[in-house]
Amino acid sequence: MKFFTDENSELAQEIIERYPKSRSAMIPLLHLAQEQEGWITDEAMAEIAELVGTTSAEVLGTCSFYEMFKRKPVGKYVINICTTMSCALMGAGDLMKHAESRLGVKSGGSTSDGMFTLEGAECQAACTEAPCLQVNYRHQYRVTADQFDQLIEELASSDHDVPRHGVLSRIRQHIPEDRFVRPTPPDEVVSAPIWMVTDGGEK
Amino acid sequence: MSEPTPSEITVTINGTQVEALAGEMLIAAADRAGVHIPRFCYHERMSPVGMCRMCLVDIDTGRGPMLQPSCMVPVSDGMSVDTESEDTKRAQEGILEFLLVNHPLDCPVCDKGGECPLQDQTMAYGPGESRFVEEKRHYEKPIPISDLVHLDRERCILCDRCTRFADEVAGDPLIHFTERGNATQVLTFPDEPFSSYFSGNTVQICPVGALTAAPYRFKARPWDLEQVESTCTTCSMGCRVAVQSSRNELVRYLGVDVESVNHGWLCDKGRFNFESVNSEQRLTTPLIRDTNDQRQLLGIDWGSALAVAAEAIQQAGPERVGIIGGSRLTNEDAYAWSKFAGAVVGTDNVDAQLGDGLPAEVVLALPPATIADACSADTVLVVGPDIKEELAILHLRLRGAANKGRTNVVEIGPNPTGCEPYAQRSIRCAPGETAKALSELLASDDPLARQLGEGTVVVVFGRASMAESADPALSLAAVIRTELPHATFLPALRRGNVRGALDMGLAPGILPGRTDIQQPSQALLQTWGGVPAAKGLDTTGMLHAAASGELDTLILLGADPLSDFPDHNLAAEAIQKAKTVIAIDNFVTDSVAQADVALPATAYGEQGGTTTNIEGRVSRLTQKITPPGSARDDWMIATELAWRLGSDLGLSSKQDIWREIERVAPSHAGVTLERVESSEAHEGILVQETSIELNLPSPETPPVADGYGLRLVSGRKLWDAATATVHSPSLQALAQAPALKVHPNDLQRLGILSGDDVRVISTRSTETVTVIADENIRRGTAMLPFNQPGGGANRFIDADAAVNDIRIETL
Ligand code: SF4
Ligand code: SF4
Ligand code: FES
Ligand code: FES
Repeated sequence: MKFFTDENSELAQEIIERYPKSRSAMIPLLHLAQEQEGWITDEAMAEIAELVGTTSAEVLGTCSFYEMFKRKPVGKYVINICTTMSCALMGAGDLMKHAESRLGVKSGGSTSDGMFTLEGAECQAACTEAPCLQVNYRHQYRVTADQFDQLIEELASSDHDVPRHGVLSRIRQHIPEDRFVRPTPPDEVVSAPIWMVTDGGEK
Repeated sequence: MSEPTPSEITVTINGTQVEALAGEMLIAAADRAGVHIPRFCYHERMSPVGMCRMCLVDIDTGRGPMLQPSCMVPVSDGMSVDTESEDTKRAQEGILEFLLVNHPLDCPVCDKGGECPLQDQTMAYGPGESRFVEEKRHYEKPIPISDLVHLDRERCILCDRCTRFADEVAGDPLIHFTERGNATQVLTFPDEPFSSYFSGNTVQICPVGALTAAPYRFKARPWDLEQVESTCTTCSMGCRVAVQSSRNELVRYLGVDVESVNHGWLCDKGRFNFESVNSEQRLTTPLIRDTNDQRQLLGIDWGSALAVAAEAIQQAGPERVGIIGGSRLTNEDAYAWSKFAGAVVGTDNVDAQLGDGLPAEVVLALPPATIADACSADTVLVVGPDIKEELAILHLRLRGAANKGRTNVVEIGPNPTGCEPYAQRSIRCAPGETAKALSELLASDDPLARQLGEGTVVVVFGRASMAESADPALSLAAVIRTELPHATFLPALRRGNVRGALDMGLAPGILPGRTDIQQPSQALLQTWGGVPAAKGLDTTGMLHAAASGELDTLILLGADPLSDFPDHNLAAEAIQKAKTVIAIDNFVTDSVAQADVALPATAYGEQGGTTTNIEGRVSRLTQKITPPGSARDDWMIATELAWRLGSDLGLSSKQDIWREIERVAPSHAGVTLERVESSEAHEGILVQETSIELNLPSPETPPVADGYGLRLVSGRKLWDAATATVHSPSLQALAQAPALKVHPNDLQRLGILSGDDVRVISTRSTETVTVIADENIRRGTAMLPFNQPGGGANRFIDADAAVNDIRIETL
């Protein structure tokens, strides 16, 4: 079974053409997979491995490096509560406990109605506004337990059109074909960037 | 394209000035200077990654001492290093405290305990106690990541050795760091096991007990092990190994690092088939055909068995005796059998190869190359079997050299091989037409033609397919000799000590010491008292002679022609028609089951002596355990038979035999027993002299296939039905049932679907085989592996045909 839809397969090819080494397309393709499905399935990783000429294990290694690539389905709203130093000092622990009981899931879990996924996160670079959290990666500052409840209620009752988790942008960028780099054997690259002539990799 | 010699520079380590090579890492310079810096991730055969920080030392390059990882810092002139400073010690303590934060410390139940770098270095450099009181990480204890390797993630210290090996050395990145962060762990992709041919090496280099090998788990404690250094004889690469036993049973092999051969690596087949030596199925007593029930073999005493064998040899007379096999033997055993054949029986019908190699007079006469030559040649031309399957570590060496840009691999052959991913060019041609393909290339204005013509060339030279005779390979050699006279050759012969057996004269027309039977050395003539007058038959010739009643006694010297000779039908007929078949073996193989007398021989690890690899490198085999039952060394069996035929071979020990070899075999003159037993033999002693003159037939083009047939291509797989693999419980299941691979368009033309069972018809046989569509197979050809469990290509091959065609039909 093919994972990518026909349209996305075409797009995947275009993405691969942008790089002199196909493997460089791995992360963009993971984004594409997440955009298509809302999360990254094993089938997606296996297909990406084939597309960029490596093993599924390598794709899994790269994919699992990044918190924001999800390997389980997530809710419509992903709520990340910062648990790092400033926020921790300002009550992030209590906020997390409160959130867990309010949503009825443990950190890392999703509500059964598919609305919310609750996660703990590292510093969100808003330490002066501690404790803070993000809803679909958008900040909420100095969040109290009451504000949290209010936030959940608003989100639950709203009918925002939220794109599927993983959609980075609704505007698709394309580069003209004459600007494609395309997979190029190292010895045909006239002025090779330094990283292309290292040894070790398969030619 | 040899490595430039790096200039020497001076660094000061702990107050002593030492010479270092520009560009090398400090830890390597310290190693050579005898200063040990503790480490986990650094491995001298892989690129440094600086993962573990255990190798931090105080380095001063003029800006004051600073802690830096010595595996990541190249030496520079005037550098001053302190590996024992207070700061260094504190760093070492700190790093070990960190590494143990999550380590379960289950040494009492860990296979690595007693030989564990983490245990040892914690004792030597650790802080003594830990300040961490937090709960450790927990994972399911060990999970199998392949049929052979288990992973305990709690013990892993994330040094990146296994994953680096898999990617960089083996080229099978099937294990990877996943879940990077606090929960980083080594894992495979779900349902995609770490089924690399080289997986066992990760177990050997893992600095903790995280990776364990199924065949060794809980078998022994390191302090109970006894160990000798020896050489692997599973294939003819000759990798150096440490053979370890416990209570007179082999339990483990470890790779030993020698620069010229294996760099410390072993393939899984060589590493794990020690299990077969311990097998309950070993032949431990002589057997003889039951006179009352011809289907049975009965146990018998040695004296009676030898008497029957000697009688059969005597009755037949020199012309009607043939000896097939000998590449399982050590050089000494091979010599004894060669002498037995030539001096006692008086026959030259001897052949260590089973019609699957190349004529000995060609192998021994081609200008020789070493493995190191290949790895530094401008071009390595691989023309022969898929070396990843047949000479696995040679593949690893060539892959490493090619990826580092030290050589360019160019392969010529019909179908994809394991070389393709690292080859500069893979030239695909019809089976049997490699000579034509090369001639065409050389005549063209392709830049590759210039590269071959002007640069150094090493040819890895063997038979591209078991379904073609040696002729296409010889035609190719003829083209190379004319067009590229500067090329040297590394024979890609596979079986065990085949090179040594040829050197010792177990080939028609050849006498020990790579001499022609027509030009025996004086010393040999004197010692043997004469040699056969004319060149005898090769294996194919002997089998034909036996099948047509012209040969009475067939001696199988560790050979199983029914499984290994390309033409099963001819082998079967020969074994059936021969009056007496005498088999000397470790197991009751298919052929031994048909023998009239079977004599048990000692196996690997039970015998000492020497072996010779594809390059002609002589290295030592060391006895570690005693043989089961009454199995004897092959040379003793030859001596006993000689005695019963009224002669004395005059050989009384392996050492004695080597002394005689050194005396009578011109190529081995000067390779004294003292040298063989000295530390020189660690790298092996390269013997390249030969007095055989090269005589190649002029190139011939094989017949064109008719429009209905598919030209058969057949090669061996690493995991096949080889005796040692089949009798190793851990390896047995790794070989797959044979399937015929055909290009989808050819299948479509025939109206056959992939996965169907079809009737395969050749001039030799008609049988049912499963067919699989594979786009990588050349159109008009069909690929069938040679010796897989449940059958193989040997049923369809006619040994006399230059190429073999098959037809397939729906059932
Ligand atoms: S399993 Fe062993 S070799 Fe692999 S990373 Fe862990 S400690 Fe290193
Ligand atoms: S490559 Fe050959 S010699 Fe080396 S370990 Fe494997 S079987 Fe043994
Ligand atoms: S600690 Fe929470 S945003 Fe920095
Ligand atoms: S040995 Fe240097 S960092 Fe691991």
